Amino acid sequence: MIQFDKVSKRYSTGQEALSGLSLELAAGEMTFLTGHSGAGKSTLLKLIMLMERPTHGQLLVNGKNLNRLHSSQIPYYRRNVGVVFQNHQLLFDRSAFDNVALPLLVSGYQPREVGRRVRAALDKVGLLDKEKQNPIALSGGEQQRLGIARAVVHKPRILLADEPTGNLDPQLSAEIMDLFRQFCELGVTVLIATHDVDLISRMGLRLLQLEQGRLIHDGAPEYAA
Amino acid sequence: MGRRNMQRNRLQKSKPTRRESAKKSSRELRRGASDGRARLLDKLKSYFQNHGQLLLRTFQRLAAEPAQTLMTSLVVAIALGLPAALYVGVVNLQQLGSRVETTAQLTVFLKKEATEVAVDQLRESLLSESDITAVDYISRQQALAEFQILSGFGDVLAMLDENPLPPVLIVQPADQFHGDLVASEALVARLKELALVDDVRLDMKWIQRLRGMLEVWERLAFSLGVALALGVLLIIGNTIRLAIESRRDEIVVVKLVGGTNAYVRRPFLYTGIWYGALGGLLAWLLVAVGLQWVDGPVERLAVLYQSIFQLQGLGFSGLLALIFIGAVLGLIGAWLAVARHLGSIEPK
Repeated sequence: MIQFDKVSKRYSTGQEALSGLSLELAAGEMTFLTGHSGAGKSTLLKLIMLMERPTHGQLLVNGKNLNRLHSSQIPYYRRNVGVVFQNHQLLFDRSAFDNVALPLLVSGYQPREVGRRVRAALDKVGLLDKEKQNPIALSGGEQQRLGIARAVVHKPRILLADEPTGNLDPQLSAEIMDLFRQFCELGVTVLIATHDVDLISRMGLRLLQLEQGRLIHDGAPEYAA
Repeated sequence: MGRRNMQRNRLQKSKPTRRESAKKSSRELRRGASDGRARLLDKLKSYFQNHGQLLLRTFQRLAAEPAQTLMTSLVVAIALGLPAALYVGVVNLQQLGSRVETTAQLTVFLKKEATEVAVDQLRESLLSESDITAVDYISRQQALAEFQILSGFGDVLAMLDENPLPPVLIVQPADQFHGDLVASEALVARLKELALVDDVRLDMKWIQRLRGMLEVWERLAFSLGVALALGVLLIIGNTIRLAIESRRDEIVVVKLVGGTNAYVRRPFLYTGIWYGALGGLLAWLLVAVGLQWVDGPVERLAVLYQSIFQLQGLGFSGLLALIFIGAVLGLIGAWLAVARHLGSIEPK
């Protein structure tokens, strides 16, 4: 589904965020990505989101070479990717419902269909009774779940999450991980960047570890450096 | 390009229509939405629905901030209203000019000592000419009586020993002379040659001057209009720029979830159109109020000039034109702002 082939990314500041990275994520696979801050986790996610372009190397998503994707096609590409941000990126000028509806509205769905799908997504994350509330009135865990609902409402084939459990207590973290696992079981490719070592070892899933832009571990978490 | 189209098609196919969605919803849950096929008519319907909703939503947003909206629209209205008012002035003067023009006539002052018989003969001979359609005779007594009534100087005239007014022939030239100064002046020169004639006044001269002046004013109104139209572009452009700044977060999120540049652009363009159209409407109102204000004095002035002149407003077509011009300027202004500032807002 996602294939990095000797991908390097050097920012205009001269900082090399990724160097010669090669890895492959299969469709429907759930994977963790870890490493110290500055190791290149965010850059890796940004490359998949096409918020940044590789300096060298190829990045293939669903068989398509992203280097050849014209910038005018980026919006259409992004509709196949859902992203959960650490800082949620929610809009506080509208209700929870309208926040989740955004990915559907930009794709031109009919209002009735939007309502149906948004409620399904809110139900999935357990926020159906909060659809009319402003996200600012929600707790941290609820905001995170709202962000997840928005990331999956349009049924993307890829789900990326950047520190989704950053500020949450272990129980909430476990709940959110459980959500991700459910999406994975539906065939979504899930990639989660996190520091949470406990969580990773508990889940026992494939772990990618980055250090200074290089992949230093790929496999079961117990052998990670 | 081809790939882009393919992606578009796939996208549009995945938009289920309102009618189909209810029946399909259960199937879709199993199969995913990608094979719902929207027909062309439905696509068009959905397109117009989207734009209609956007038109409504952008207006609601403006209505939610009435003070800000009114200020911007009023500035636009003043910029549009000034040239519109000038235009109305020119149109009215033109109307005045053409009204007098159709009655353009030669006033032939005869020598005071001309006898009634000689005047009658002259009148007959003039009437027989092909380029003169009518000749009216105003005797010295008639002229005096008329002057006393109209001028208000009756008492002064009574003090004079002698009637100071000459007999007058009002000569109506044939239609081909209307607006033709050279031919008219040739006629004047010919009449002046006649023995009985003292002087000939061509009433058309001031019309020609008025016309020349109107041309100048017309151009002035036009150039002022162009300059102020540029002003409108800048006003609306700047307002839209501020709107873009204040909605930066939203733009970033919309781009992250796959909103196209066109999708991001659209509400701002509609906002610009609203500002321009509201400005056009207000400009029309300003001009209408202004005309109402001068209508009374103009009417009194017209009475003094023994004319039944009626002020002409912008009318309904003028209203439509102002709204249209405003909307187009608003769209262009918004487009300029969007082109300049939207590209720089990308998710980081």
